[in-house]
Amino acid sequence: MSAQTQSWSPGGAAAPAKDPVLEIKNLSVDYGYDNPSHVLRNVSLTLNRGEVLGLAGESGCGKSTLAYAATRLLPPPGLITGGEVVFTDRDGGKQDILRLNDRQLRDSRWQDMAIVFQGAMNSLNPVFRIGRQIADGIQAHVPGLTKKQALEKAADLLELVGISPDRLRDYPHQLSGGMRQRVMIAMALALDPQVLIMDEPTTALDVVMQRQIVEQIAELRDRLGFSVIFITHDVSLLIEIADRIAIMYAGEIVEDASAQDVYRRPRHPYADGLLHSFPPLRGPRRELGGIPGSPPDVSNLPTGCPFRARCQFAFDACATVHPRLTHPAVQLDDPARQVACLRHDPARVEAAGFEPVPVPPQLAIR
Amino acid sequence: MTAQPSGPPTATRPGAPTPDDVPVLAAVDLKKHFPVRGFRSQKVVHAVDDVNLELYRGRVVALVGESGSGKSTIARLLAQLMPVTGGQVLLHGEDAIVKNRRAFGRYVRRVQMIFQDPFGSLNPIHTVRYTLSRSLRIHRGRLRGDALEKALTELLERVQLTPTSRYVDKFPHELSGGQRQRVAIARALAADPEVLLADEPISMLDVSIRLGILNLLRDLRDRLHIAILYITHDIASARYFADTTMVMYAGRVVEKGDSESVTQDPKHPYTQLLVRSAPDPDDLDARARGARGEAPSLVRPPSGCRFNPRCPFANDLCRTEVPALLPVGEGREAACWGYSDRPDRPTLGSVLDAYGERPAVDVTLLPVVDGELAKEGDR
Repeated sequence: MSAQTQSWSPGGAAAPAKDPVLEIKNLSVDYGYDNPSHVLRNVSLTLNRGEVLGLAGESGCGKSTLAYAATRLLPPPGLITGGEVVFTDRDGGKQDILRLNDRQLRDSRWQDMAIVFQGAMNSLNPVFRIGRQIADGIQAHVPGLTKKQALEKAADLLELVGISPDRLRDYPHQLSGGMRQRVMIAMALALDPQVLIMDEPTTALDVVMQRQIVEQIAELRDRLGFSVIFITHDVSLLIEIADRIAIMYAGEIVEDASAQDVYRRPRHPYADGLLHSFPPLRGPRRELGGIPGSPPDVSNLPTGCPFRARCQFAFDACATVHPRLTHPAVQLDDPARQVACLRHDPARVEAAGFEPVPVPPQLAIR
Repeated sequence: MTAQPSGPPTATRPGAPTPDDVPVLAAVDLKKHFPVRGFRSQKVVHAVDDVNLELYRGRVVALVGESGSGKSTIARLLAQLMPVTGGQVLLHGEDAIVKNRRAFGRYVRRVQMIFQDPFGSLNPIHTVRYTLSRSLRIHRGRLRGDALEKALTELLERVQLTPTSRYVDKFPHELSGGQRQRVAIARALAADPEVLLADEPISMLDVSIRLGILNLLRDLRDRLHIAILYITHDIASARYFADTTMVMYAGRVVEKGDSESVTQDPKHPYTQLLVRSAPDPDDLDARARGARGEAPSLVRPPSGCRFNPRCPFANDLCRTEVPALLPVGEGREAACWGYSDRPDRPTLGSVLDAYGERPAVDVTLLPVVDGELAKEGDR
């Protein structure tokens, strides 16, 4: 148990070296053409090789949009208005996904980056056997492969995710929810991608199955060495499986730090609130309140900090100054972590002509 | 507001059991089998079998289980939205199975239900005012003018949608998920019910507002002295919110007891697996790893204990005879032969030890993806 579990415990032995595989730089996305809502505003995020990056936030905060924009799967009226998504190949070659032509994009998809969609129930075609669905995808990307070979490969993939290969001839409705989700993971792994994006892969499953899937992903990651972007709203799950967590709010990243730092030492009031929104399974039973209010309407964002209406630490500058990601103003913090809160950015507050307010003790836990 | 005047004068402290109290709503040996479609098909889905449960005023009972374990079916049976296959539903100790529309109308006045999806349970073409006043008119007779307005305000205040004038003329699409769920709760409260059946009331909502809804329901329990059945798949929220927790597996109740001890010291192997599977960042080592298997088919459920194919401790007894709920400590019961005094009972151990070892499989499959096409070519 010990050796293998350590390898995927957060911040464990396998802390990856800084070797970016996917760099999202200042990505902006609008929805609508005439009066667009800016659903993503200058989002920058780096995924390192071999890393599990968790993306957390409430529904409507832009987590899925970010994933779809980075893979150019965003359906209209979604429109990428700026930024770049740099993918680094294993041999060091770089390419900007957003500037690929259709043919290059088609080659890159599944091969470089694969995505597991939210509802496995809806992602599989109900009228085809699952073996054929997996084989089709493989054949489309590997010309010259016979159908038989593709099916054999599909059988291997199913075995890889713990499904007996004689299930190849089953239709999706004959599989349970957890198995369908595994089939989706198997499909995503078919071409040995370097980045796997998982959009709420366990939301529709119950906890026992969720744990099985999450274990499977961690084990495959260790073995095959891909990087994962894991999107979910369940922060407690992320703390377990992710190396690093980025928390999004209203189309921006508000905190980006290692999983244990987010859990034990949250710096952004929203991250702190999210962590206090889950009733604990252990420890003392205490009264919890969640976060008062609801997320702002992205089509009509207030000026200043988008979280300020729900924030207990908001002060006068928050109404006008828009916070940027900076290093938190707490001594001895991990230099890599970032937070977008004016309490941590006295320089910016002063530049705008306001009196800086110190970091509250709740957000400066050592 | 006729049956229960404002506020319960005799509101007992929640958590303190009142044994002499008659349960408001009780299910006795509840059973529901759904026929399987098909020509001359004799097969049935054993959705719920032999479930007993009691709801007391001012107390919350949580029903925890994975999807497909029959927990929503129980709520629907108790709401009498579908006929039972066997067993009884007792309201204040009297048989309450309704036989006609009239009786159903009287029944729903006392037992109301809240659904999982507030996006689906509110009619999008009607305002909050219409939705609530319709419920008020149906359950409280003809209200109009000032009386109706007063009742509406009171309802919205009760679910903390204040100032009420801001919400009363809104359409569902203008409200957030949490606000919609509050309107759905207000609609249920318009009947002034004694029992509220809440079928996963928070699982469709954002994490930051879930607790707000749970705290509201708890507040209603205390102020209006309502009995609540809280159905969830999240055992941590059952611990937070409910007085009693019942764990279901494949249509049967496997464990029952006060929420704190069920979650802190689970007895049934399934409950142990469930508690150990929930994410808990503070206790990473004590997570059950390598658990395999999934819920059985309910068309042909396994004989004996329905958990036996996945249970690491199962023996022949578990595979042949169905265990009844056996007492396992104060006020607690578990349906597991391990707690019986039969000589051939299985020996229970720790689920953690049983599942702790990750199975040594798949190592041979390692080259599958790496050397994929080279291997294909060889064949």
